[in-house]
Amino acid sequence: MAGKTLYDKLWDAHLVKQREDGSALIYIDRQLLHEVTSPQAFEGLRIAGRKPWRIDANLATPDHNVPTTDRSSGVEGIEDPVSRIQVKTLDDNCDEFGITEFKMLDERQGIVHVVGPEQGATLPGMTVVCGDSHTSTHGAFGALAHGIGTSEVEHVLATQCLVQKKMKNMLVKVNGKAGKGISGKDIVLAIIGKLGTAGGTGYALEFGGQAIRDLSMDGRMTVCNMAIEAGARVGMIAVDDTTINYVQGRTYAPKGEDWSNAVTAWKDLHSDGDAVFDNVIELDAADIKPQVTWGTSPEMVVSIDDTVPNPDNHSDPIVKEGINRALEYMGLKADAPMTSIKLDRVFIGSCTNSRIEDLRLAAEVVKGRKVADTLKQALVVPGSGLIKRQAEEEGLDVIFTDAGLEWREAGCSMCLAMNADKLGQGEHCASTSNRNFEGRQGFGGRTHLVSPAMAAAAAIAGHFVDAREYLS
Amino acid sequence: MKKFTQVTGIVAPMDRANIDTDMIIPKQFLKSIKRTGFGKNLFDELRYLDEGQPDQDCEGRPLNNDFVLNQARYEGSTVLLARQNFGCGSSREHAPWALEDYGFRCVIAPSFADIFYNNCFKNGILPVILDEKIVDKLFVELFDNEGYELTIDLESQCVKTTTGEIIPFEVDAFRKHCLVNGLDDIGVTLENTDSIKAFESKHKETSPWLFGAIA
Repeated sequence: MAGKTLYDKLWDAHLVKQREDGSALIYIDRQLLHEVTSPQAFEGLRIAGRKPWRIDANLATPDHNVPTTDRSSGVEGIEDPVSRIQVKTLDDNCDEFGITEFKMLDERQGIVHVVGPEQGATLPGMTVVCGDSHTSTHGAFGALAHGIGTSEVEHVLATQCLVQKKMKNMLVKVNGKAGKGISGKDIVLAIIGKLGTAGGTGYALEFGGQAIRDLSMDGRMTVCNMAIEAGARVGMIAVDDTTINYVQGRTYAPKGEDWSNAVTAWKDLHSDGDAVFDNVIELDAADIKPQVTWGTSPEMVVSIDDTVPNPDNHSDPIVKEGINRALEYMGLKADAPMTSIKLDRVFIGSCTNSRIEDLRLAAEVVKGRKVADTLKQALVVPGSGLIKRQAEEEGLDVIFTDAGLEWREAGCSMCLAMNADKLGQGEHCASTSNRNFEGRQGFGGRTHLVSPAMAAAAAIAGHFVDAREYLS
Repeated sequence: MKKFTQVTGIVAPMDRANIDTDMIIPKQFLKSIKRTGFGKNLFDELRYLDEGQPDQDCEGRPLNNDFVLNQARYEGSTVLLARQNFGCGSSREHAPWALEDYGFRCVIAPSFADIFYNNCFKNGILPVILDEKIVDKLFVELFDNEGYELTIDLESQCVKTTTGEIIPFEVDAFRKHCLVNGLDDIGVTLENTDSIKAFESKHKETSPWLFGAIA
């Protein structure tokens, strides 16, 4: 019998009941909650007279709607009344049901996918869900993690289970060593460019190969975060010493005898040598250059030294039409060099790239330099209050503000512009976030996805440039 | 949940691949704490020429007359015919809520994004996957015939054209069962309370660190 993949192992360890029709009940260890996708779930519980199955499986924090500017007036200070009600509703629901929440003024508040791992609320071997598609982030810990809709948020609250059908296994192997200045973001954008935005649909992805193993946990989280942009709800990386060293000592991580037992169990969280995958794709890390998206889907990505694609080079009418439409929306000309794209704003943040190493990289690029005066705004938004404090202790905030970037409070911010941080119509933004869909960062806004180093370099140059020229 | 057994209705075309959930319902409308009322903002950025705001009265907003749903021939449509990877992007259930609130009961496409596909079944909407060539053919028929209708029969798992053509489709047995009967699937899961409790106590024995850390 063939060995098991990491996904097979995690699935088997959480299987409550297998039904004959192929569906199964899967036990959920951790649910993360935020203000946007939970209110209707709590309301559903109330209407049905149900209680949460297990309070201690949940952790909540507001992130999408919170202002990243002055918070001295607390929730009452949120200017947009609709956003304010949503944040207050999360507070009220967590208070009513007894769920632990890091409220807006708590230093531990931040983006759910940053906060979970930072607190040790995300552990290897867990099943993790959240009403947010970027829940795949937590797969970096050898966890089975995926986004769910609000009905399923309610389902997990009420039953601690989900009805699932087992996905297929895909291995994405990035062989060899990545070049200097190439980050997890460049690697995952290159993967999405190869796989396409729907290439991972129906699969649980496992990322492997030396270039993945070489990444820190921050880099691995960036890679798994964007699995969904290749269509895969789940992205995972096997547990190794990097994982275990990251988890050790975190607030909710096991201690004492539990710790040593947990580590023993976690060491098995990798695919067996003879495991069979339904699909394997391989990339050579040495070929990956800094990546920039030019269009309105994350698969519309090229290297910094490339040009904007030309629809005439494609024969499939749907692809051709897609390129034409994207060029029109983005206001770009075919065959233009990527370095010729001028920027109006720069956003460094989001659940993809707002962790301490992302901020360090961006700071290294802008240190001693000044933001181009053609830029309207360059924002740096840390992923959590604790990351903000750490960055300040390291003096990164001063490097940013000296260079002319704004240093903000933690939240999702301009990644999806549910708060006040957004693009104006027609503006181009170099963004470290995860989606370049039409209107994503603001009505008529034009998003280019890049790594933190590339966003920082673009802020200095005023247009896209190879960030490696700015790194020592 | 609304039952879905058989639906006959006017078909509207969404002739574009990779329709994402930001397009189906833009983020500013996600601030609502309700499940209803999203229909007027379905495809907001394609449908109107200005930027929509939550709680705004949409009467009188400038319409994009080129957009299909603003064309008289698609008025009252209940079936959406779409291209590949429909519903990609975020997990927002507001996307099926908006489709349902507008009046759509079925979306037909060659492929769907996983989370969106799953969310549809929780909200009385049937996503039907048909071969790309068949979808191409349906698009041609739809554009050629004003008032084009399809019948989607979930019980017998087929799409019927007005000319009598019958196109079968696949659907998971459990999802079909819940949708045909309009079942609350939390209730269905809770019928397994004993199994869940038995699993949980075994799980706690082998991995005690997964319990109780967050008080």
